[in-house]
Amino acid sequence: MKNEGSWSPYLAGALSGVVAIGSIWFTGKYFGASTTFVRTTGMIEQIFSPETVAKMPYFIKQVPKVDWQWMFVVGIAIGAFLAAISSGTFKIQAFPDMWQKRFGRGTAFRAGIAFVGGAIAMFGARLADGCPSGHGLAGTSQLAVSGYIALAFFFIGGLISANMLYKGGGQK
Amino acid sequence: MMSLIYGLITGILFGFFLQKGQVLRYDKQIAALRLKDMTIVKFMLSHVMVAMVGIYLLYDVGIVKLSLKPTILGALVIGGLVFGIGWGLLGYCPGTSLGALGEGRIDALWGIAGMLVGAGLFAEAYPFMQKTVLTWGDFGKITIPQLLGINHWLVIIPMILIGIGLFRWFEKKGL
Repeated sequence: MKNEGSWSPYLAGALSGVVAIGSIWFTGKYFGASTTFVRTTGMIEQIFSPETVAKMPYFIKQVPKVDWQWMFVVGIAIGAFLAAISSGTFKIQAFPDMWQKRFGRGTAFRAGIAFVGGAIAMFGARLADGCPSGHGLAGTSQLAVSGYIALAFFFIGGLISANMLYKGGGQK
Repeated sequence: MMSLIYGLITGILFGFFLQKGQVLRYDKQIAALRLKDMTIVKFMLSHVMVAMVGIYLLYDVGIVKLSLKPTILGALVIGGLVFGIGWGLLGYCPGTSLGALGEGRIDALWGIAGMLVGAGLFAEAYPFMQKTVLTWGDFGKITIPQLLGINHWLVIIPMILIGIGLFRWFEKKGL
């Protein structure tokens, strides 16, 4: 293996598939992540204007509360932390290596691109009703037509923007 | 309450394997989108190949139910493209952004903040979307076997063979 402390992505992916089966078997829950961001935003907006949130159709559909998926998403951060600590790969890093080689260490630029990218990505994920977890893993595992179409367009969109960002330069 | 604990445990296990598979790295996500390194694709396909067999075995014996998202072409194509464009800029997806933070990638915080704002913007736009994009090409909750009118195993087995073929090709090309 090239990198110390890491596993083959085939093995890690397959084991994560076993976790998904267990989850569906024991609790009937399929993986997903993006709805959690809606619920969290709803909870934050509720602090300032509970009346408005209560009337908004999308927050009536996706009620702002902590649910299974919300805990699942928090768990991902904890699990990643435990894995990183156990393999000695935990490292505070504000600029990814590839980014730094191409764009240097300007905080405002990385923050701006990441923030705008995040906002665009989440808007798209909610329009498509899922992200690479809900569509890309859970949808495709169930052979849902929606999962395969979404996944294909996730990659097409990503190919466009990543290649524009790194056009004509940037080493792997 | 139990549901919340199960969610947390499932997330911890998933996050653990995501980290071990190096899926949480910006460099790996962007390298996949630049077609230079297929680590995340290998992880995703391995997950799906295992999960589809397990889910449909349990489905055949009546233990689990499917939870399908509807196939609305307008929403999937436009939403999918928009998501992808943002993903290529951020370098993390919604689930991996939290995982990336867990392994110390603090630039994911900007992305998480952006995603919360994006969710709020979508909530504002939802009534409009409901009348437009979310009605364009609605085929309901359909699966590939239903579409083809064949048994699901006749889809799963060829998919696994295609997956293995892709893996061999990735390894041959050093991707």
